[in-house]
Order: sequence, then structure tokens, then C-alpha cells
Amino acid sequence: MDKEISYANKADEFIQMFKKGEEFTKELLKENEKLRFRIAQLEETASRSGDEVRIKLYEERIGLLEAELKSFKDKFLQVEEENKDFASKYLDVEEENNNLANLYVASYQLHSTLDFSEVLRIVVEIAINLIGAEKFAVLLIDDKTNDLIAVATEGIQPADAPRVKIGDGVIGRVTKDGESFFADDLSVIRDFNPLEPIVCIPLKIKEHVIGVIAIYKLLVQKSGFTNVDYELFNLLAGHAATAIFSSKLYTQSERKLTTIQSFLDLLKEKPKR
Amino acid sequence: MPNILVVEDSPTMRQLISFAMKRVQSAHVIEATDGVDALKKLSSDKVDLILCDINMPVMDGLKLVSLVRGNPAFKDIPIIMVTTEGAEEDRKRAIAIGANAYLPKPIQTQELIKLVNTYLAKS
Repeated sequence: MDKEISYANKADEFIQMFKKGEEFTKELLKENEKLRFRIAQLEETASRSGDEVRIKLYEERIGLLEAELKSFKDKFLQVEEENKDFASKYLDVEEENNNLANLYVASYQLHSTLDFSEVLRIVVEIAINLIGAEKFAVLLIDDKTNDLIAVATEGIQPADAPRVKIGDGVIGRVTKDGESFFADDLSVIRDFNPLEPIVCIPLKIKEHVIGVIAIYKLLVQKSGFTNVDYELFNLLAGHAATAIFSSKLYTQSERKLTTIQSFLDLLKEKPKR
Repeated sequence: MPNILVVEDSPTMRQLISFAMKRVQSAHVIEATDGVDALKKLSSDKVDLILCDINMPVMDGLKLVSLVRGNPAFKDIPIIMVTTEGAEEDRKRAIAIGANAYLPKPIQTQELIKLVNTYLAKS
């Protein structure tokens, strides 16, 4: 009987022990669960803080790249501005180059011959092709009468060209003063009046005027004058005058030489008996 | 190196155009003084583009354009008219006959170079 009681007590003790063990295990499991949860939390926090660091780094990098981009944009704008400046300068140089080519060709042609009529033809060509004159006359001072007489015309009949006394009207004044005349408004269509050109350029050798170019009408597509036109007028005033004058002298001397030569030939001939 | 035929009776204009054409892909300029002379040059030389005046002695520019367009050997050569005739009807007439472009005198050299480059690129 006592043994049975002792077994029963021991069994109770075991059960108690198991129950305590069970409770302890449960507590341990709970604690474990809590710790796992905490670890998970810590891991998440750690991972979050890593992202933040990375984001911060990326943001800093983006900031640097944006600053770099801005600097590149600024440089690009600067280069573009310089480029525009160079392009505009290039166009100016090109234009100047073309103008100089025009002046060179005109000058070259004017001095390419000593034939008077050929020089006049070249003056006419320049006035038509390079200036854009449609109706004009080249008038020279006649050595005998001292009047201005047309030696070449374009777009007008030679008979319609004026004969002008120095000092009379626009043409006469230009001849007297040696100053070019330009009408105020070139686009106004005027009736042809031989004494009223829209442009009158003196042909000068230094200060000595030998004649004028009187322009009465420009080509339909020519509405006004550009800088190169004024340069051409200056060139015509000087170079055309020299070319005309020297060719005239040359032609006269050639004629005189022929006359003298004929005279000498006559003298050399033996008198017939 | 493209060959450009300049048909122009004025020596001044021929020299001026030749000067300008030196700046076009090192173009070689062949000069003709009128339409008949131009046809001779077309027969003897390979021409890539024609610059042609209208008012010329012997044969004018319009007649030359119509003959060039009527000849199978030359009909595709671009032709640019360079002339003092600046009226719109003159331009229309030249284009109708077969000119590709029309440039009234006095010419702006840059404009001429641009036109020539355009037509050389097309051909």
C-alpha cells in the first residue's frame, strides 16, 4: 500500500515536473519568437538604413551630375554663341571677299586694254552687270567745245543723250564739283529726262574731272544700292577715268603715229620726174 | 571635279563667274561666248552644269536652253540662267523652256555659289 502511495506521489511529481517543463518550454518558445521578431525588426532597420545611405549617395551623385550637366549646358551655350559670332564673321568675310572679287574683276577688265572703244564697252558692261543700270550714258568733256558729250549709251538712243555745259543741271554740277549725285529715292519711277539722272558719277583723275556716268534707270530687280555699289562707283570714278583717258591718248597717239608714218613714207618716196 | 559651262558674252561677267566657281568644289570652268559656242563646248567636253546668260549675240540663252533640253545627251544637265532680265514673266518663260533656276543680275556671288552647289549635289 505504501509503495503504491509512493508511486502515486512520484507520478504526481513527474507530472508536475513535466508540466513545469512544458511551461518552461512554452516560455522559451515565446521568448524565441520574440527574439526572432526582434532580429527581423533589426534586420529590416539595418536594410532600411543601408538603402538610405545608398539613396543619399545616389542623390549626391545626381547633384554632381546635374551640376556637371549645367556646366556643360553653359559651355555649350557659350560655344554656340561663339559659333554664331564666327558664322556671322565668316559671312561678313565672304561678302567682303565677293565684293573685292567684283572690284578686282572690274578693275582688271578696265585696265586690260588700251583700245578706247573697248574700254567704253567694259565701262558699259560693269554698269549693267555689276551695278544693275538699265539706262545710262557715259559723257566726256569735249576738248574743243568744253561741253559734255555722250560717248557711250545703254538703253537710250545716242541722239537722246544730252549735251551739257559744265555747271548746268545735275550733270554739269557733278562735272564742276567732282562730287557724285544720288537721287533721294531711287525706287520712284521717273519719265526719262536726259538732264535729270538718278545717279551721276564723275570720272576723275585725281581732282581733274574728264566726264561723268549718268544713270537714268536701274534694272527692275535693283531697288537700291549696297555698299559694294558705292565701292564700284568709286572704282569707276577713278579707274574708269584713268582707263578712258589713257586709252583715248593711246588711240590718238596711234592715229598720229600712223599719220606721221604715212607722211614719212611720202617723204621717203623719190620724186617722180 | 565638276565641269561648269559659263555661257556669257561679257568678258567681265565670265571672269567674275569663273572667280566665284573656284569656290565650288574646285569646279573647272569652261567658257563660251554665245549659244553656238556653248553647243560646241558641250560636244567636246563633259559638262555637269550650265550657267547661261539670255541676251547674247549669234544664239541667245533661251534658244540654247531649248536645244540642250531637246538633246538626249545633254537634257539632264542643270541650267541656271544668269541674266539682266529680272521681270517675273522672263523668269517664267526661261523655266518653262527648261531652265532649272533663274538668277537676275547683278548677282550675289554667295547666292550663285549656293545654287550651283544645290544643283551639283542633285545631279
